[in-house]
Order: sequence, then structure tokens, then C-alpha cells
Amino acid sequence: MFAFILRRLLQSVVVMLTVALLAFVMFQYVGDPVMIMLGQDATDADRAQLREQLGLNEPAVVQFYHFVSNALHGDFGLSLRQGQKVSSLLRERLPATLELSFTAAIIALFIGLPLGVYTALKRHGVLSQFLLALSLLGVSLPTFLIGILLILVFSVYLGWLPSYGRGDVIHLGFWSTGLLTASGWQHLILPAITLSFFQMTLVLRLVRSEMLEVLRSDYIKFARARGLTKRAIHFGHALKNTLVPVITIMGLQLGGIIAFAIVTETVFQWPGMGLLFIQAVQFADIPVMAAYLCLISLIFVTINLIVDLLYFVVDPRLRMGGTKVGGAR
Amino acid sequence: MRHALARFWDSDFIWSWRHSAVAVVASVILFVMLVAAFGAQWIAPYDPFDLAMIDLLDALKPPVWLPDGTSQYLLGTDSQGRDILSALMYGTRVSLMIGAGAVLGAMTLGIVLGLVAGYAGGAVDSFIMRVADVQLSFPAILIALLIDGVARALVPGNLHEVIAFPVLICAIALAGWPQYARTVRGSTLVEKNREYVQAAKVIGISSPVIMFRHVLPNVLGPVLVLATVHLATAIITEATLSFLGVGVPATSPSLGTLIRIGNDFLFSGEWWITIFPGAALVLLVLSVNLLGDWLRDALNPRLS
Repeated sequence: MFAFILRRLLQSVVVMLTVALLAFVMFQYVGDPVMIMLGQDATDADRAQLREQLGLNEPAVVQFYHFVSNALHGDFGLSLRQGQKVSSLLRERLPATLELSFTAAIIALFIGLPLGVYTALKRHGVLSQFLLALSLLGVSLPTFLIGILLILVFSVYLGWLPSYGRGDVIHLGFWSTGLLTASGWQHLILPAITLSFFQMTLVLRLVRSEMLEVLRSDYIKFARARGLTKRAIHFGHALKNTLVPVITIMGLQLGGIIAFAIVTETVFQWPGMGLLFIQAVQFADIPVMAAYLCLISLIFVTINLIVDLLYFVVDPRLRMGGTKVGGAR
Repeated sequence: MRHALARFWDSDFIWSWRHSAVAVVASVILFVMLVAAFGAQWIAPYDPFDLAMIDLLDALKPPVWLPDGTSQYLLGTDSQGRDILSALMYGTRVSLMIGAGAVLGAMTLGIVLGLVAGYAGGAVDSFIMRVADVQLSFPAILIALLIDGVARALVPGNLHEVIAFPVLICAIALAGWPQYARTVRGSTLVEKNREYVQAAKVIGISSPVIMFRHVLPNVLGPVLVLATVHLATAIITEATLSFLGVGVPATSPSLGTLIRIGNDFLFSGEWWITIFPGAALVLLVLSVNLLGDWLRDALNPRLS
């Protein structure tokens, strides 16, 4: 087990270094930083001096080393558009995105899972067929369109919920939370449902197909033959074994949720990292893009690592020193 | 000729199509949309990009069945007096072309890399597949956004509109190749050990020829299913990028651009500017998805 964890850690470091290299290449070679900082009127002497100051005359390897060590200290330079430190921009926005993403993930899991179990157990029921058809629609509806429809119904026509921003926030040290105010919750509902919809349909379909697979297996037949109650078979045995792939996919999807938060944040003008990133893309603000890339990758890699470790908790076969361990499948 | 047609009509493939109501309905919807999109020049009631045909007095007319609507504009007009129905038809064409271009690009790249990885094996294989693995763990939309952003930084601002189409196609294609590569590599590994490949090797045919003339036709089946489903995702990705304002410019709007433009009028009650392009997008993606589902079952020998 120790060797496995070590190997996974090493893999994660390699991925992070690759991403850092990408970010570095973007940072250093896309656009001329000297030109951007000094403008067109600077003299050659000024340019040469700044070039020296920024370390642009050093070998690329040394520059990369500096970039990584700066990144590890959270220093990604200044935003080209806003002139503020990228790290502080991101830190301001991080809580909003994380609160939105985790709420969406929880909604997706706690609605998708029971619905998946239901559609698997009542395979031919009318409600199951309806839910499945609905889930196909969910796959075909782009996230931004769901958001627009929800705004149209609940904000424009019914006027029940706000459609814009994050509401009142309370600052707890460096973390600003909207979860402690009524207005914060009201503002959270529509974006969170929008973001969770696609994942919910995904969880539903996944749980259903896994559950059907498990219900066909021999040990379920044996459990039935032993005369166990339906409840014990379905929830004690079948559901438990369904959960392993569900945890994997859900973990990996959490990364997807954070990425799709870009879209949701744009629709609802939610002041998170995604909105910052999309503005950076529009204005070709490379430092912000590079920093976002690194941060998002760090989150993804960490999630993947945690998911792999969770296997050990959920699947006892791996803890018994089983040799067949295959990362994220 | 008639005989051939009759045989085609009775083939397993067409039989399963005729007997799937969902597949027939999806095909019909898709066909109608294709005709409307690519025949827009001739069928569309107006040319939404011809300034001479636009009258600002006709701006923000609701669809025909609402009190203020006129039969001149069946689905109403936008803030500049452009006919929504016409803009929709032209927009569908843009969406379809970018989606199809991206799928073709991703498919070509994925097939070549997958074939090479599977056939060559060794270090080449593990390198290509590692890259694919890492890329697959990032959502396609994020990768497309990054490529788009970098392209924007590299190209001066006045050229953005010119390069928007190729950049968009490349971005979505580069975000989508790993799935093709994985599928093709898997089938290539199986095909590689078949007798016909061994025989081709023995008579001295070069590796590239074996890969592309002999192995490739045998690994294409699953790729086609993948391409159909990918077309749906590519169209959604394009629409999302355009909605975010980093895709197609407003001068030749796709469905996503139209939705973004209409989004500004949502609060003043002009819902039709957004909702009709949105409905067209959903209909398009849904019918492609349904066809993909059917194709997967029809081409799966284990199910029939």
C-alpha cells in the first residue's frame, strides 16, 4: 500500500510539473512581457535593463526553476488587465467558486443516487422510464441554457429568486462565505441547481447501470436464495458494491464541476474564479490564465489522489494486500 | 439497381433503423435541420446579414402568435430588426460546420495517434497514452478555452474575427482527440496479432501501409459511434464558448452567439430572442445524441 501511495504521489508531481511547464511557456513566450510592461516608447537601454531585472536573459531551465519556486510561493506576477497581484485576485474569488461547486456536487449526489437506485430497482416502472428520458434531455441541454431557463422562470416570471451575484457575504478571516446569510442562500439556489443538473443525470445513469450489473451477479442470487430480505439485499449488498465506481466518477466529476462553474458563473455573474478566468481569456490576460491553470490542476490532481486513496477505505480487497491496483479506471 | 436498393432496404442495418421509432424521428428532425441550415441562402425568408433588408422599426417584434406579432416575422425579430427564424437557420449552419470540422479534426488526430501508439508499442505508445490520460482528466471545455485564450494573445486584436473559426475548430478538436486515440489503440492492439497483418508483414509491406490500408478499416466501427456522440458534445462546446463570448464573432453568429445576444433581453421580457435559438440547439443535440445511441446498439454485435 505504501509503495502504491508513493507511486501515485510521484505521478501527481510529474503531472503538476508538466502543467507548470505549459503555464511557464505561456507565461514567458506568449506576448513579450517587456513590451507589455514598458509600452512601445521605451528606449532599448530601458528594455535591456528590465530584461535583466526580470531574469529573461538567464537560461530557460533557470527561468523555469524560478517560475516554479515563485508559483509554489503563490506568486504569479501581476494581472495585465487589472494590475493587481494575481494571487490575491484568485484568493478573493476562490471561496465563491468552492462553495458553489461543493453545493452542486452535494445536490447531484443526494438526488442522483436515490433516483439511480430507484430506476434500477423499478426498471420497467413508468416513473423510471420518465426519469431516464429526462436524463437524456439533461445530457443534451447545455449548462448555460439550463441557467437561462431557470432565470427566465424563477427570476423573471415568478420573481422568487435573485438571478445575479452572490448576495450578502460574511468574512471569516480570509474566507468570505455566503452560507451564513439568508440572502446568500437565496442567491446560491439557482446557480447550484444549474451546475448540478448535468452531474445529477450522470450519477443517475451510472448508479442505475452499475446497480443493474450488480443485481445480476451470483452473490445477489445467493443472497436471495438464503432468503434475505429485499431491503438487506438491495441496500446491504447491492448498493454497497455499486458505490466504488460511483465514488471514482463523482470524484473525477468534481473537477468537471469546478471547470463548468466557469459557465454557470458567467450566466449568474457569480463572482468566482471562473468569471475571472473567462475575463482573462477575453482580454488575453496570460498571468491570470497561467495561474488559474496551475490552481485548477492542483485541485484536479489532489482530487484524483484522494479518490484513489478512498478505494482503500471502500474496497477491503485492496487493503488485504491485493496486487491489482489500477489508478483511476 | 432496384435490386441493390431492395437489398439495402432489407439489410440488417436499415432494418434496425426502420424498426426504431426513436431513430426514425431523430433522423427526420436532423434531416429537416440540415436542409434548413444548408439551404438557408435559398429558403430563409430574409438575409439577416444584409443591412438593406433590416428595418429598425421592426425591432423586437414578438412571434406571430403573440398580440403584437406579424406574419412577416414568424418567430419575431431581435433588437436590430433581424428575423429570428432566418438568423436561426444561418446560425445552425455555423454551429454544424464548426462541430463537424472539430469532429473531423479530432478524429483524424486521434486515429493517427491511436494507430501509431497501438502498432508501434513501447515508448511511443506509453508516451502518447500518458498524454491522452492527463488530457482526459481535464474537461474538454477548459482545454478549448485555454487554446482559445492563447491564440487570442498570440494574434493581434484586429485579426480575432478572421481567425475565430479556425481557432475554434482547432481548440475543440485538440480537446477531443484522446477518446479516439484510446479506442483506436485498443482495437489496433487486437488487430495487430491477426493473421492478415502477419501475412502483410511477411510479404514485405511497409508499416505505414499496413496501418492505414489494412488495420484502419477494421478499427473504424467504434470510431463512427464515438464521432456521432462527439458531434453532439462538439456542438455544445462551440455553443458554450460562443455564449461565453470567446467563440464565433457576432458578425456571423452561431446558435451560441445568438443565445448570448438574446440573453441581454431576458429581463425586459423579450424571451424569444434567446429561447428559439436555445430550442434549436437542444433539438439538434438531442437528435444527434439519440441517433448516436441507436447507432451504438445497431453496430454492437453482442446485442443483436
